Amino acid sequence: MIPAHSRRKDKYTPRSVPEEKLATSAMIASLDAEGREAISAPFGHALVDMAKTREDIVGLSADLSKYTDLHVFAEAHPDRFYQMGMAEALLMSAAAGLAREGFVPFATTYAVFAARRAYDFIAMAIAEENLPVKICCALPGLTTGYGPSHQATEDLAIMRGMPNLTVIDPCDAVEIDQATRVIADTPGPVYMRLLRGKVPNVLGEYGYRFELGKAKVIRDGTDVLFISSGFMTMRALDAAVALAADGVSCAVLHSPTIKPLDAETIVAEAQKGGRLVVTAENHSITGGLGEAVAGALMRAGAHVPFRQIALPDEFLDAGALPTLHDQYGLSVSSITARVKNWLEG
Amino acid sequence: METQTGRTGDNVSLPRRAWSIRRHALRMGEVQGQGYIGQALGVADVLAVSYFHAMTYCAHDPEWEGRDRFYLSIGHYAIALYAALIEAGILPEDEIETYGMDDSRMPMSGMAAYTPGMEITGGSLGHGLGIAVGAALGLKRKKNPAFVYNMLSDGELGEGSTWEAVMSAVQWKLDNLIAVVDFNNQQADGPTREALATAPGTEAAKWAAFGWYAQEVDGNDLDAVVAAFDAARNHPDPCPRVIICNTLMCKGVPFLETRDKTHFIRVEADEWAKALAHLDEEMPQ
Ligand SMILES: Cc1ncc(C[n+]2csc(CCOP(=O)(O)OP(=O)(O)O)c2C)c(N)n1
Ligand SMILES: [Mg+2]
Repeated sequence: MIPAHSRRKDKYTPRSVPEEKLATSAMIASLDAEGREAISAPFGHALVDMAKTREDIVGLSADLSKYTDLHVFAEAHPDRFYQMGMAEALLMSAAAGLAREGFVPFATTYAVFAARRAYDFIAMAIAEENLPVKICCALPGLTTGYGPSHQATEDLAIMRGMPNLTVIDPCDAVEIDQATRVIADTPGPVYMRLLRGKVPNVLGEYGYRFELGKAKVIRDGTDVLFISSGFMTMRALDAAVALAADGVSCAVLHSPTIKPLDAETIVAEAQKGGRLVVTAENHSITGGLGEAVAGALMRAGAHVPFRQIALPDEFLDAGALPTLHDQYGLSVSSITARVKNWLEG
Repeated sequence: METQTGRTGDNVSLPRRAWSIRRHALRMGEVQGQGYIGQALGVADVLAVSYFHAMTYCAHDPEWEGRDRFYLSIGHYAIALYAALIEAGILPEDEIETYGMDDSRMPMSGMAAYTPGMEITGGSLGHGLGIAVGAALGLKRKKNPAFVYNMLSDGELGEGSTWEAVMSAVQWKLDNLIAVVDFNNQQADGPTREALATAPGTEAAKWAAFGWYAQEVDGNDLDAVVAAFDAARNHPDPCPRVIICNTLMCKGVPFLETRDKTHFIRVEADEWAKALAHLDEEMPQ
């Protein structure tokens, strides 16, 4: 189902018009709410709300405020918003400077540009000094069809490698709202992945509360234990429903804090026994949640059957997002098919 | 070897080439119902001059060693370059219908692995000029007289990496490097003058101060653009060349020209046909 190599054909082979015309998702498109209630710009609205009582909160963007929901804050508090232009290195340095002067800067860009271009500036100006800069980035993992320039498939691996940095991969609008408030109150630097625009409400019905550094069981089950982060928790929950219809009982342990990882809960859940442990992340198979979980299990001596649902260690194709999620194994149908396979095998 | 220079015996006029580029781009936009059409319409004249006046290339062999290199760092301008590549005969016109579709050779952001004639993978902005510096060094090393063109945007002037390349090109006396800036006064969050204190009329002086042969022109005035490209190619001094092209987003489609400018211009479903119909009424000879 997932090709071993990219399906990209030779660029000198002419193409014919496809029968099924799926349009590439625009960068301004939201992650499809997938049959759920959608909430608009949860990050921007939470920040505006926080800023009412917190004079120290400021916002900065590198020419992407409209595309990271920070424009909501910029409109509400124009005097506290700094447009830094398309200059991501400067964005991080200037955020560090504002933090030195006692402010709590929320700096936004796309995940690729923070993780790849601005890494050294985050490391030395922000993280090494443990400054309270909150780096909040849209287009995490595979959430755009524009190809590798915009697909942040390795941002968690990169950011996990940074000492002092807290790394968060929230699932939905409810969690983005809560996590934004929590990180404003948390000392030190944070990298948070953002879903922006119309964001689904997934966790509301479970009475979920985000706690920094805590993984939480969203659904219990006896055959499979999904350990997931980001919107893959939504996909894992949907896969659990689909698999239940086939008599497979799945638990979902949501672990939005990638670093520091809640190893205690993860190991305890994995050791309950009798369950196939399946990590699910919107990220490369290299260096993200899956490998973090694997390391925690190994270190604890928890020898459990373990599988990873993640993006391949490749530069991904361009195309329509639903096509790409199928192709690279993030869709519900591809998750359920593989889980069944693993259980049979 | 068959080459296409546009400088010899080309009987299609530049206004007609620019018109065709706009038309191809609108048709692609119609296929997806979206696209960076404002940029494509704005830069069409500059592309017409690049591909049908200034550059040497071989349409059936886009990797011909003797070609002038054209590096598009602004990946989102791909729709504009595809239109030029179609007009140049490097891409077949009937693939317009595949624009942005799964498995297309014309993805929405320009990438070298997908498209004949797309030399570099753009999209992560601020890369093009640095790569062009290296290519210009490489061509000199090979004693290849070709030029390297880098088309960049006013937004890319915000990236430090652009200015690193600006300085290096002077250091290495890269007289085979021509930077073409599409200055449309627009970035993702709004007008360029609200981002990093840059505006039309101020840029050429900056580049000149660094040691470039700098010209600033109305990028929608074909004669002016032709003259600027000629002057850039023929300039005698051993320094890199830049042409700042002040362009109007959506140029050529009046009802879009006057629309509130945004980075990703909204075009309603029925407006693509209207825009095409308008162009068709104004077809130049
Ligand atoms: C390094 C980098 N940062 C941010 C972006 C997101 N982005 C895409 S286009 C754009 C605007 C850049 O300005 P310009 O190219 O002048 O925009 P346009 O004229 O097309 O509106 C931005 C910020 C990017 N592609 N690359
Ligand atoms: Mg611009």
